[in-house]
Amino acid sequence: MTIPAGSLLTAQDLRKAYGPTTALDGGEFSIHPGEVVAVMGPSGSGKSTLLHCLAGIVMPDSGTIMYNGREVTAMGDAERSALRRTEFGFVFQFGQLVPELTCVENVALPLRLNGSSRKEAERTALAWMERLEVDDLRKKRPGEVSGGQGQRVAVARSLVTNPRVVFADEPTGALDSFNGERVMELLTDAARSANAAVVLVTHEARVAAYSDREIVVRDGKSRDMERVV
Amino acid sequence: MSIGHTLLGLLESGPRHGYDLKRAFDEKFGHDRPLHYGQVYSTMSRLLKNGLVEVDGIEAGGGPERKRYAITEAGITDVARWLATPEKPEPYLQSTLYTKIVLALLTHREAGDILDTQRSEHLRSMRILTDRKRKGDLADQLICDHALFHLEADLRWLELTAARLEKLREAVTR
Repeated sequence: MTIPAGSLLTAQDLRKAYGPTTALDGGEFSIHPGEVVAVMGPSGSGKSTLLHCLAGIVMPDSGTIMYNGREVTAMGDAERSALRRTEFGFVFQFGQLVPELTCVENVALPLRLNGSSRKEAERTALAWMERLEVDDLRKKRPGEVSGGQGQRVAVARSLVTNPRVVFADEPTGALDSFNGERVMELLTDAARSANAAVVLVTHEARVAAYSDREIVVRDGKSRDMERVV
Repeated sequence: MSIGHTLLGLLESGPRHGYDLKRAFDEKFGHDRPLHYGQVYSTMSRLLKNGLVEVDGIEAGGGPERKRYAITEAGITDVARWLATPEKPEPYLQSTLYTKIVLALLTHREAGDILDTQRSEHLRSMRILTDRKRKGDLADQLICDHALFHLEADLRWLELTAARLEKLREAVTR
């Protein structure tokens, strides 16, 4: 497989079926450091499956995923899990914050799991919360903050380990348009300045407009629109 | 909408007389605005002059001569190029896009590709506006939002059409 120069994450001919249902059916694309790429397509087209495969959460039935010179599709569970913990960040639509922890403890959690001390982890977490304009919520629990605030806390958590790639699956899906755009603005600004790539699954054009380019998934086939247009 | 390209596209399925072309056009795309005969004949003369159609036969009857037109290779290439070129995003472009989608289905081209290409063109405009909005003052933000909401409405139409392509294919090729 030919990997374009400077690419960070490359997918080639990914195929995945759940029983008789085809979720992914081929396509080829590359993502570069610092690039924000929207994954678009109709409901049920395979967008989320594609994101889960790229992030090493789900293994495709066939095809190759390369991350920074390493073949993700050849890794075992433990290696993929370590990759997710150290190199990738995640933002989802719902239910991602641990309700029993305060917001700063939530943001610090990935660092704690990687072995940082509590003090060190919370200091870094707070710096990211300031960046996402939610540092005043540090002592509150997720149940005490609004949807938009909670999502900013989740974005801070996704960036706290300085990941090379942030995977965001409908990160603004539960927010109104104003809060959704603010989250996108903060997420893309923070990711770009950290030179992290963002893979953004969305069905909303206004959210996709924060990306640099888009990959369209239709009937499981990925189409890199940069190559087409 | 480009009447020339639409008539060319209708000729792809086989040669037709000017009258048949008008009838096919009115049935598929005319709805509330049928073509005048004069428009059909002036358009066909232009297409003939440009080598995009040729006269396939002439029937002499009691009235005026009836020419039957056939599309040329150059004509087919021209239709393909027109279908593949995204429209500049602007209000009310749907009727042109609708025509392109129907013609693509009629001529067995990939209509989904046309929608994907158009989505990209719209997103390109939306990215420029979003960037301007991020850097601008409140007035800039409101002006850009106004344009963004209109483009978003176009895109919602595109997505809805993409989801209904199979039904549309059945309806137009019936």
